[in-house]
Amino acid sequence: MSLVFAGACSHAPGITGRAHRADPAVRDRFYANLDRMRLALEAARPDALVVIAAEHFANFFMNNMPSLCVGMGESYEGPIEDEEWLRIERGRIPGAPDLSQRLITEMMHEVDLAYAQEWKFDHGIMVPLHFLTPQYTLPIIPVNINCQGPPLIPLERCWAFGRALRQACDRAPERIAVIATGGISHWPATPDSGKINEPWDRAFLDKFLNNRRAELLAYTDEATYREAGQGGLEIRTFIALAGCTEGSRGELWFYAPIPIFAVGCTVAVIDIAPLAGGRAAAA
Amino acid sequence: MSLYHVQKLIYQLNRDPSVRKQYEENFDALLAGFELTAEELRAIRDPDIGLLYVMGVNGQLLMHYAALRGYEWDAYIEAMRQGEQRYGPVRTGLYKRAGGSP
Repeated sequence: MSLVFAGACSHAPGITGRAHRADPAVRDRFYANLDRMRLALEAARPDALVVIAAEHFANFFMNNMPSLCVGMGESYEGPIEDEEWLRIERGRIPGAPDLSQRLITEMMHEVDLAYAQEWKFDHGIMVPLHFLTPQYTLPIIPVNINCQGPPLIPLERCWAFGRALRQACDRAPERIAVIATGGISHWPATPDSGKINEPWDRAFLDKFLNNRRAELLAYTDEATYREAGQGGLEIRTFIALAGCTEGSRGELWFYAPIPIFAVGCTVAVIDIAPLAGGRAAAA
Repeated sequence: MSLYHVQKLIYQLNRDPSVRKQYEENFDALLAGFELTAEELRAIRDPDIGLLYVMGVNGQLLMHYAALRGYEWDAYIEAMRQGEQRYGPVRTGLYKRAGGSP
């Protein structure tokens, strides 16, 4: 089979942890679109969901930091954070180890990867799962792109990773869904938490949703940091998804800055087009 | 000794229940396992969340340590602001790149 669903959404811990402090009207529209995304995901009948995330020092630290890591566990635990702080109950999330191993093996023809059979999910994965598979019934394959501890993987390598993931999915018999989850502009967990650069976000989303590769890869970390905060470095997850859905266009279902969530809250779904070229063409 | 060791301590506290237990039962013994300066030890023990921020501790680590030490969200944000006022701009790490406040 191939890729049956692709989308992107935010993952900030405030989305659940500080839900009671947001403007209910905006928050509830955001939640409604996350639920719409859940319904679309379920309608695609995936066998597994790949979550391209940017974790926050839950499993990976500067003693041995992979640029790219893919989970290969039987199951995962989450959230690693205090349950009351995140307001998500801790649970066990099923993995898809056999499919993971085949995807990793296939992707290694194109990109260098780390893999992990143990992984504690932080809010970067748990917040999306809380809305998209609240009973944790869908097998998950986590992907981490280091967006926290520089040096960070270049954007063109994120695209290459996404493209390699797509090629691997296209060779697998399973029905596979992929989501990217990250902030766009934001300054999380700093004195500037709550600051959001909406024009920057909307310009980025326009490029992302129209899959404009050259424009996406033209971002520099220096400019992103200056204009979109350290949280903006998480655009790597979106760019990986754009590589995975190369040639496809997306639709923005929801975007609104919600300062107490410390991010411009986003829900987007990609209308998946066939990938042009194969492994040889991408080399 | 370095930002690395301060962050590593907090990383382990955040993720490892056995380290959290050590913190609860014998914090000094836990701290002895890390290469920390007197200033770093004070900032961690007090805790001085503002100083830890100015030292360059990443907020993704620091917000959990602040919560562990009883800081509600607004108090955590305020502590970092006060830290900048008291100790000056962020000294090193990711947040230094924009000259202090990102």
